[in-house]
Amino acid sequence: MSFILDYYNYWVVVFLMMTGFYIVISANNLVKKIAGLNIFQTSVFMLYISMGKVTGGTAPIVVEGVELYSNPLPHVLILTAIVVGVATTSVGLALIIRIKRAYGTVEENEFKNSDDAI
Amino acid sequence: MLEQHLAALPILLPLIAAPIVLLVGRSSLAWMVATLVSGFATIAAWQLLITCLASGSLSYAVGGWMAPWGIELRIDAANAFVLLAVTAISTLVLIYSKDSVAKEIESDKHLLFYTAHMLCLAGLSGILVTGDAFNLFVFLEISSLATYTLVSLASDRRCLTAAFRYLVMGTIGATFILIGVGMLYMKTGTLNMLDLSVRINLYESSRTINTGLAFVMVGVGIKLALFPLHMWLPPAYTHAPSAVTAFLASTATKVAVYVMIRFIFTIFGADHVFNDMGMDLILMVLAVVAIFKCSYMATVQNNVKTVLAFSSVAQIGYMVLGIALVSAAGLMAGLIHIFNHALMKGALFMAVGAVFYRVGSVNLQDFRGLGKHMPWTMAGFTLAGLSIIGVPLTVGFISKWYLVSAALDQGNWLVAVLVLLGSLLAVVYIGRILEAAYFQKLPEGTDPEQVKEVPYLMLVPMWILVIANLYFGIDTSLTTDAASAAAQWLFENSQTSVPQVMEMKP
Repeated sequence: MSFILDYYNYWVVVFLMMTGFYIVISANNLVKKIAGLNIFQTSVFMLYISMGKVTGGTAPIVVEGVELYSNPLPHVLILTAIVVGVATTSVGLALIIRIKRAYGTVEENEFKNSDDAI
Repeated sequence: MLEQHLAALPILLPLIAAPIVLLVGRSSLAWMVATLVSGFATIAAWQLLITCLASGSLSYAVGGWMAPWGIELRIDAANAFVLLAVTAISTLVLIYSKDSVAKEIESDKHLLFYTAHMLCLAGLSGILVTGDAFNLFVFLEISSLATYTLVSLASDRRCLTAAFRYLVMGTIGATFILIGVGMLYMKTGTLNMLDLSVRINLYESSRTINTGLAFVMVGVGIKLALFPLHMWLPPAYTHAPSAVTAFLASTATKVAVYVMIRFIFTIFGADHVFNDMGMDLILMVLAVVAIFKCSYMATVQNNVKTVLAFSSVAQIGYMVLGIALVSAAGLMAGLIHIFNHALMKGALFMAVGAVFYRVGSVNLQDFRGLGKHMPWTMAGFTLAGLSIIGVPLTVGFISKWYLVSAALDQGNWLVAVLVLLGSLLAVVYIGRILEAAYFQKLPEGTDPEQVKEVPYLMLVPMWILVIANLYFGIDTSLTTDAASAAAQWLFENSQTSVPQVMEMKP
């Protein structure tokens, strides 16, 4: 039981990661694929953020009377990764708009030519 | 002043140039700016290589923050060597792209093409020179996002689905690398590569670090199109504009191979990865399967760009095979093949782009009779094709020579024989194209006046690469010196902590 409870943040991460991954693989709709990709990336953000937590530590802002702070570096790293994720999503959605204009559909099984399957 | 900041120039120049290129407003002016900037980056890379060969490695603290706290740019013989190849190819492709892009990309997207190219170059240079594992991920995503855009610029609508597939696979790969780096940070508390290598060695065996290794290897495997994670590559290379394919085929996957080398040899340590984790066997099997499966796939394709794309996956197999041999000689063969393959594939894809420029499509039957009507293009294609096969006096022969002799040094006869057999498949897929070009006539109903030689701006960069294929195949001193210095450096620094174990390896 403690194996589950002590590492609950990792279980959340693993669950989200597999959910996102499954959506990317199984979804037929391209927008859903991008949503799955987002969930997948978010799980990694959670992994980083939860690893920065120091037991008993507070937010890393210098105030009087506080000695122990959480590690701010993973948070900063993940800010960068979030920006990367947003950029990826926007490029993906822009591509979907152009696919819709070119093919008239964003459903994978409606592409006529097998060359075009994703 | 400029000397001091030399290490940052290959990233900064293209990064600053990217918005300027977009703002200048005229396609020809944008082309000029982009080419000049890429040329300056090449000169900086050349200077860096000379400095590194003379004095070992070079460290540059970004923003004045000292490593391991700040981001460090770290340049040694290995990355200076690859950096020179990437920037030089970028410059040649840009010269080539003026006419090719005018033909293949709609005119309102020309500026975007040059901007994306500059961003991609900045990202690739950044991956090569950075000494920080997280920074590497950021540059990887900068170059990848620019790459997806570049692929989607073609006028054929199939480029869109190819780019989308590439985006999904590429993002999964990059996220895997991010997870791996996170695992390493969790255990060691540092992101600087040299600092990481020291701290990883403190642990006898850690499940966190081994999991990180697994994630990084799969992520890099997707990025470098290691069989069986290569499925994004053939459609992306086939449907992208020719100039983009020529650039990506000769740089993007090579940089990913470099990332793999850096993670194995500098960060995790060759001893841990190969002896404790047994990665050498996994990589070797995948590389050999890649060579045969993808060379075979290349022989049955109809579109010549797809043929060359599958051939690229097979050639990546040779590079990974060099790494998996676990010796300085094998690593050197891998590094030298990174450089040489960039020369071959750059020239081949430029020649195919030239055919597209005149004929309008690049299926096998479109190559009929081109030997007579586009003599210079097809002569260039032939020489670069012979180089892929590995005929003596070309760079392909040099790569295979070092790879086979590295395998024989270890008494690994099977690998040596397999490498040579793989070359036979290359004879088949290059031979089919040459047969169509030289022994068949121009199809009925084609106007011979239309099918003529391409403009000089396309021919000259192609022939510079072809001549480089021959020059470095005859006078190998520059490439072998740089590659063996790089391999020695990587290998020695990788085994300083546990030298006695490595010596047991034959």
